Amino acid sequence: MRSVIDICDLSVAEIEKLISTANDIIENPKKYSEKCHGKKLATLFFEPSTRTRLSFEAAMYELGGNVLSMADAGSSSASKGESVADTAKMISCYADIMAMRHHKEGAPLVASTNATIPVINAGDGGHNHPTQTLADLLTIKREKGRFDNLTVGLCGDLKFGRTVHSLINALSRYTNIKFVLISPEELRIPGYVKKDVILKNGLKYVETTELDAVLPELDVLYMTRVQRERFFNEDDYLRLKDSYVLTPEKLKLAKEDLCIMHPLPRVNEISVRVDDDPRACYFKQALNGKYMRMALILMLLGEL
Amino acid sequence: MNIDSIKNGIVIDHISAGNGMKIYQFLKLDSLNCSVALIRNVNSSKMGKKDIIKIDCDIDLNVDALGYVDPNVTIDIIKDGELVEKKKIGLPEKLTNIIFCKNPRCITATEQELDNIFKLTNPEKKTYRCIYCEGKAE
Repeated sequence: MRSVIDICDLSVAEIEKLISTANDIIENPKKYSEKCHGKKLATLFFEPSTRTRLSFEAAMYELGGNVLSMADAGSSSASKGESVADTAKMISCYADIMAMRHHKEGAPLVASTNATIPVINAGDGGHNHPTQTLADLLTIKREKGRFDNLTVGLCGDLKFGRTVHSLINALSRYTNIKFVLISPEELRIPGYVKKDVILKNGLKYVETTELDAVLPELDVLYMTRVQRERFFNEDDYLRLKDSYVLTPEKLKLAKEDLCIMHPLPRVNEISVRVDDDPRACYFKQALNGKYMRMALILMLLGEL
Repeated sequence: MNIDSIKNGIVIDHISAGNGMKIYQFLKLDSLNCSVALIRNVNSSKMGKKDIIKIDCDIDLNVDALGYVDPNVTIDIIKDGELVEKKKIGLPEKLTNIIFCKNPRCITATEQELDNIFKLTNPEKKTYRCIYCEGKAE
């Protein structure tokens, strides 16, 4: 049974196929409106998340399917001590495909080895979030028209930011990508991402603590939130949360065709005054996430 | 120093000097009832010094554990006083319940019936990572 736990579970060719399907869905939504008729998606969210869950559910409804939703782990059997393996076996009895978010890293992998239906990782702690990466890739493709010869800035929490790690993994399979890693010292990207992913694929990176200095050279700027829930210590969170704030004034330094992205939700790292700038792509990115989830559901259900 | 040769059993040879006791403990050889000899700092033409373990009974060796502790060891299988098989171990590709994930955010931290599985990700640096959270083995 095919599942998607890590973005690297998908080949470059499969990602291209998902992107072309998502573009086709955008152009011809009616063609897909009954593709999953009679099928059920179970959304199992053991960690609070509104947008990812709603995006999955909207995706399934737009494919003509139905949704079984478990939005609150407190109301589930997990609160009674049921294992992830047992939950996966049980859900396999009711649904055709499941999307799981869990605060523990590796939980969706455990689910996928026990389920008899496809499992999509909808985020496991600070680890992987492949469907966010699919949304990011579709956004880059639609905005920049390519995945190679790009200078990609990643800014904010690069240590715990799972979307950043997944995006770097995905982009490292293309050529001539330069990563500009912008973060406070405490939230630098883990060494293994630099060595085992970026350098191993023959790509370049620079690390800096200054956003302004590197802004003019970027084709893509991926901003991230400094997430409260990833810190053990509240004082560390408060000290670092305002490290990087993108404003219209700062953007005067940037290229005219910069693509500004953010996995959302934002706190204050992008000023709302940036929202009307044509370079702001983060709400389009959220919409793109729904289309890529539609394409992925179709692929895993054998409908592509 | 004379140690009797064994009739039916296993000789773990070419153990890097100093690793013998670690392997003895890792394989829980103290729980065996048969004769077990741990010989330390034996002169070796190839290694300078080496350790050797002789086990005078047939047991199921945890070869993965052995390879993890010391990938250079060889195992000699002795039957009726004759050497019938000699194998090199090397670094195992996968370790199951030999080392344990220390990441408190990993699913194995809360679901303790799960096997702790690590995969070899960098043979040169002997790096193993948890298959669930990709945390590096310490």
